[in-house]
Amino acid sequence: MNILVCISKAPDTTSKIAFTNNSTQFDENGVQFIVNPYDEWYALVRALELKETIGGNVTIVTVGTATDEAIIRKALAIGADEAVRIDADPKDAYFVAMQISSYAKAKGFDLVMTGKETINYNGSQVGGMIAEAMDLPFVSLATKLDANGTKLTLEREIVGGVQVVEVQTPAVISCAKGMAEQRIPNMRGIMAARTKPLTVIPAEAVEDLTSYATYSMPNAKSSVKMIDPSNMDELVALLHNEAKVI
Amino acid sequence: MVLVYINSTTGLSKAALETVTYGKKLSGDVTVITNGSASNEQLAQLGEYGASKVLVDRSVDGEDPQQLARLVAAVADQVSASTVIFSHDIYGKAVAPRLSVRMKAGLVAGAIAIPEADGSVKVNVFSGKAVGYVKVASAKQIISLLPNSIQPEKTGSACSVEETSGLAGASAISVLETKKPEGNIPLPEAELVVSAGRGLKGPENWGMIEELATALGAATACSRPVADIGWRPHHEHVGQTGVAIRPNLYIAVGISGAIQHLAGVNGSKVIVVVNTDTEAPFFKAADYGVVGDAFEVIPRLTEAVKRFKATQH
Repeated sequence: MNILVCISKAPDTTSKIAFTNNSTQFDENGVQFIVNPYDEWYALVRALELKETIGGNVTIVTVGTATDEAIIRKALAIGADEAVRIDADPKDAYFVAMQISSYAKAKGFDLVMTGKETINYNGSQVGGMIAEAMDLPFVSLATKLDANGTKLTLEREIVGGVQVVEVQTPAVISCAKGMAEQRIPNMRGIMAARTKPLTVIPAEAVEDLTSYATYSMPNAKSSVKMIDPSNMDELVALLHNEAKVI
Repeated sequence: MVLVYINSTTGLSKAALETVTYGKKLSGDVTVITNGSASNEQLAQLGEYGASKVLVDRSVDGEDPQQLARLVAAVADQVSASTVIFSHDIYGKAVAPRLSVRMKAGLVAGAIAIPEADGSVKVNVFSGKAVGYVKVASAKQIISLLPNSIQPEKTGSACSVEETSGLAGASAISVLETKKPEGNIPLPEAELVVSAGRGLKGPENWGMIEELATALGAATACSRPVADIGWRPHHEHVGQTGVAIRPNLYIAVGISGAIQHLAGVNGSKVIVVVNTDTEAPFFKAADYGVVGDAFEVIPRLTEAVKRFKATQH
């Protein structure tokens, strides 16, 4: 099975979130970037497991600048066979999806996998956009994936439960928790990653449909009000009269 | 002209009423497109929340986002919609991106408020640690509204309901099985949530959490470790890798408040933290805190809630 896994960089979850340039840009100063966890732990690792059981090839693709090569090498160290970097500083999900679908269209991938969202912009947009641009079926929030010939059997999250569905390849899948377990790259993987093929291709001209006009930090919580553990009637009264939530 | 997509396969959810209310705030002319089995009488009620007309395609089961994207795009074209609105739920997350490409319309994913005066729309970014204002450059726009961001408002009366068909094409996804515990309040839509973590020591102790949830009319949730070791089902796991929720009230019992957990709940309007450890980081994010043993505090709180509820009738 020929699989394409889309990866994005994301700030490490413990990063300090701050903005610069008159609050119009994320301040990358001192921020450690990682492979977006949903892309890495779930999409990439499940793709590798499928390759190990049924054979095939796993390519990773990212839209980014030369500074993203560290996260590309990390994904190669985990076990991807080759990598493609589409050379651009992406501005919105539409731009990213157009670049990836344009690259993937002629390559005959059986499966295109993404994480369910990135942990920085949380939009859940790129997978569905790629699917539409390639005119392929899309199964989102998948928590299990098995392949049998051209038939994919998946579990996906639905409101308050899960659903088992079937779809034919080629298809686009967005991956959520449950799909696979995180893999830590070993020394051999890290060494091998240095010589695996990394192709850089130019980006196509695509107009941005959206942009972030500005960012701000949410208002800080006022300090916590402590309640006597023996007086739960007081807590209920506060939730009713002061917080007005019950 | 605004077009609102709602899924009505299990009736009219609160999220659906919110999206129609949102549409009404943007335009005096709101068409709703839906699929599924809700009755015409039920659908006509959407008029009370601002719909001028409801179109329903009962042949579409709503399980294939590609089919829904075709349906919504065709209707958007018919009614000359300049804005299409979804709920940012499992349907919106799957269909809105497809529609964005199909209509070449910028998508604001996860809006938490009505548009600002300059047309930009507020969304959560960095897992709720900051907010951003998204501007759409294209002539048409799509907005998916995070559930529980605005309240449904009744402003009108019942509207007309028309059947439509033949716009969606075939489904590429076949459903083999749906596993859904009956009777529970769906977590993403719940206004009140009682959640517990490792502090409860074992799955056999969840009875008191469920009793408190029942007394309040709340949904139950849990932290990641508890779902990982199998004490609770995965769909209850809230946090960065689980479900992100923004209820009016979030009661966290025996959860320390790791940054990844907070990322999933920091949109909650009011947070109550019950923990034995005065140093638990969750207290910093809480509105009300109780330092004490959950096994004593929670039954006491449940009784207090029952007493309060008795006075309300």
